[in-house]
Amino acid sequence: MNFMASKQPENSLLGPEADSQRTLYPNVTGTSVVALKYKDGILMAADMGGSYGSTLRYKNVERMKAIGKHSLLGASGEISDFQEILRYLDDLILYDNMWDDGNSLGPKEVHNYLTRLMYNRRNKFNPLWNSLVLGGIKNGEKYLGTVSMIGVNFEDDHVATGFGNHLARPILRQEWHENLSFEDGVRLLEKCMRVLLYRDRSAINKLQIAKITEEGMTISQPYSLKTYWEFSAFENPTQGAVGSW
Amino acid sequence: MFRNQYDTDVTTWSPAGRLFQVEYAMEAVKQGSAAIGLRSKTHVVLGCVNKANSELSSHQKKIFKVDDHIGVAIAGLTADGRVLSRYMRNECINYSFTYESPLPVGRLVVQLADKAQVCTQRSWKRPYGVGLLVAGLDESGAHLYYNCPSGNYFEYQAFAIGSRSQAAKTYLERRFENFTDSSRDDLVKDAIMAIRETLQGETLKSSICTIAVVGVGEPFHILDQGTVQQIIDTFEIVAEQEGPDAAIGQEAAAEGAAADQGGSTDEGVAPMES
Repeated sequence: MNFMASKQPENSLLGPEADSQRTLYPNVTGTSVVALKYKDGILMAADMGGSYGSTLRYKNVERMKAIGKHSLLGASGEISDFQEILRYLDDLILYDNMWDDGNSLGPKEVHNYLTRLMYNRRNKFNPLWNSLVLGGIKNGEKYLGTVSMIGVNFEDDHVATGFGNHLARPILRQEWHENLSFEDGVRLLEKCMRVLLYRDRSAINKLQIAKITEEGMTISQPYSLKTYWEFSAFENPTQGAVGSW
Repeated sequence: MFRNQYDTDVTTWSPAGRLFQVEYAMEAVKQGSAAIGLRSKTHVVLGCVNKANSELSSHQKKIFKVDDHIGVAIAGLTADGRVLSRYMRNECINYSFTYESPLPVGRLVVQLADKAQVCTQRSWKRPYGVGLLVAGLDESGAHLYYNCPSGNYFEYQAFAIGSRSQAAKTYLERRFENFTDSSRDDLVKDAIMAIRETLQGETLKSSICTIAVVGVGEPFHILDQGTVQQIIDTFEIVAEQEGPDAAIGQEAAAEGAAADQGGSTDEGVAPMES
């Protein structure tokens, strides 16, 4: 992965900072996060895996956390950078609470703060190697957005990171609609997560679904999805395959 | 207030526990031309009297837009006021850029107050000689604050600062209980009437006062002279009737509002200077 490393010489504008202090490639990574807006707020799903390269090494990583009273953050990518982001947000929420004045940072504000954070790190060639999903609800207004490690950010009715963009978003585009009930929302997310489980090699079968409403955030206990491997096509996978030799 | 041996430095306490330099700074506010503010649940109106150095010069700008949802009226050293307005605009724009959300006025006011406090505790600084009436909106509705050179701030339903502000305060005290549910237009009218109180006899016209409004769904803006003059005209005619004869005055006022003819005849008779 070293082609990602900057070609700057040591005595460049970056000054005395050694290359070792900059993120060159991620080490322990989480895979997709999928989220959608539903009737009462936001539903978000992520599995609990932390991959060490191609090894599925850590199986109890919580990749979704509540931020303040109104927001929920899910992250894929480097886990240590996610933890760093949580520290930044901790400080942010703490100072917000210390004003003690009836105003509070909502999901839109947190999302924009994260966008500034990610973009500024990208500009310094030292990115936080994450794709973030930020959802929440404040005063009845639902909000769902995403930020990438280079600072690309946008809001939508449903978002996903990584493989989720390729496998889950098409399903959501077909089947998402306004005012999904909680059960329908969960069913839809599980459908997406199942496809990811079948097709994403870094996915593990242990996931959590988190929801955030005006009442607050709740996160389910880890559970697994039912899978079916008895398709006849799996028995002899190369049977009908076209080959060049 | 008289000179004493404890008033040279802002960092010197008097034996009675007073900081005279800070108190002198508050005197500077009282010398400035009047500024008033009043608020309802959804709107805040600021008004000020325009003082010009001479007939040849333009008047000083005393009302500043800080952001779409915050504005400030100042009284005292306008130069200090300009600098503080620039600080406030900077804070608002930085917050907006980071959070894509307007800075809650309550937080801006605290930052402003903390900035003023610093100047009361450094021997190489002096307190800001300007009082600020900060009008703004936040999540909990419309707010009006007064920031002192001392670093204190207070929230008000209505307030007046500057010279002859006591007259305006008296007027506002009589009516403030109705302000919360006032309509926007009534609030503006009350603001202009409060300004008139500080003029004490001088004719009220739109060239000597400035009015600004901010409200839910209405970004902060200064009303143009034409609009202000129209509002003045709706009640100034009545006021002119009260001038010449106190006895006939009340009757004439009632008539004047109803019958224009009665009004114009009296104007010809009464030797009112305008």
